[in-house]
Amino acid sequence: MKRSVIDILDLSARELEELIATAEDIIANPDKYAHVCDRKKLATLFFEPSTRTRMSFEAAMYELGGHVISVSSAMSSSAAKGESVADTAKTVSCYADIIAMRHPKEGAAYVAATNASVPVINAGDGGHCHPTQTLADLLTIWREKRRFSNLTIGLCGDLKFGRTVHSLINAMSRYNGNRFVLISPEELQVPGYVKNDTLNQNKVPYVETTDLETAMPELDILYMTRVQRERFFNEEDYLRLKDSYILTPDKLKNAKTDLSILHPLPRVNEISVAIDDDPRACYFKQVLNGKYMRMALILKLLKEAGTL
Amino acid sequence: MNIDSIQNGVVIDHITAGKGMKLYQLLKLGETDLSVAIIKNVNSRKMGKKDIIKIDADFPINLDLIAYVDPGATVNIIRQGKLVEKRAMEIPLTLRDVIFCKNPRCITSTEQELHHVFRLTNPAEKEYRCIYCESRAGN
Repeated sequence: MKRSVIDILDLSARELEELIATAEDIIANPDKYAHVCDRKKLATLFFEPSTRTRMSFEAAMYELGGHVISVSSAMSSSAAKGESVADTAKTVSCYADIIAMRHPKEGAAYVAATNASVPVINAGDGGHCHPTQTLADLLTIWREKRRFSNLTIGLCGDLKFGRTVHSLINAMSRYNGNRFVLISPEELQVPGYVKNDTLNQNKVPYVETTDLETAMPELDILYMTRVQRERFFNEEDYLRLKDSYILTPDKLKNAKTDLSILHPLPRVNEISVAIDDDPRACYFKQVLNGKYMRMALILKLLKEAGTL
Repeated sequence: MNIDSIQNGVVIDHITAGKGMKLYQLLKLGETDLSVAIIKNVNSRKMGKKDIIKIDADFPINLDLIAYVDPGATVNIIRQGKLVEKRAMEIPLTLRDVIFCKNPRCITSTEQELHHVFRLTNPAEKEYRCIYCESRAGN
């Protein structure tokens, strides 16, 4: 049966673990998967700029033996002529076996999924959800820690508009013993609904702070984020907040030796390049993990749709 | 004050005092040429004061809208001067084109043909969220 993934919560904890197992099998046995999607087509519809997510999806499909057809920007698509997301989804369903879509408007992927006749993967809908980034984050946490429980997870930067932050909180709140340290300027705190619906409702402990250095010693995972210019209506607010947190080697002095530093990328300046060689820096591994998880997800959805 | 009984039509009774005009506007009764009476601040044993709307014609009442705005209201269907049906309100699980998403980042802000649909996410607090962007109604 056709099924889409719009939100990380569309996947159960068990399904996440199955995807991770598939991804680890792909890493261990790439040849086994090199032709599983022969003659299948992925359509990448990106109506908002993206480098790594689009390339990651495309690389994932190629490594499964499949093909990619693509719309690289809204200006080069019929959306520029005023075509609705619903019509685009119906049309592209005629060409492709599966769709990965990014769109600046929140809920666009849901509209596409309800109109497409093939599975739709949300590759980011505005500030709302970005489930495959969370899949990359989860595989990285798993490969670094070999567990999803009893972790103190620091989230730092733009926690208001950062969709990856909300999805990661949702995903990690399902496991026992986790604790969140939410580090942000007051203007960019985690929205109330995430605190109420996820953290408070599941009785997940968390603290909010503006001070990264004080929080550092207790963290098992530090998830840095970029303050995103494109989420602000007001340039002045962006300029005032963009340099709120910059992670430097000095700030890691009191960090645990087995801390894992994650970042959904792209970074601007919030992680100094001097940290890139620190063994605790995991953000480029995270990029690679993202490709493996997208491969696992494409496989799962094509199988469920009866296409494979 | 007396308002004549209606023969065939709808009486929305037990409206919380002060909400009658709001319901009148949301039901778009002002856009019709029907005979409509809005009676405000009527004495009520149960409620102290209440508002009533009488519509002297068959009118397709949006029960979800009334239930969302004022769940204590009742809708009475009148035929030949007699009450033939009394409908109590239940909090609707979904609202379709009753309220509108105000999030400027929501897909409904640019795709005009989409229905505005909200889902009841917290019955205790009567909280609804947009099915597209998950913004809370009223925000």
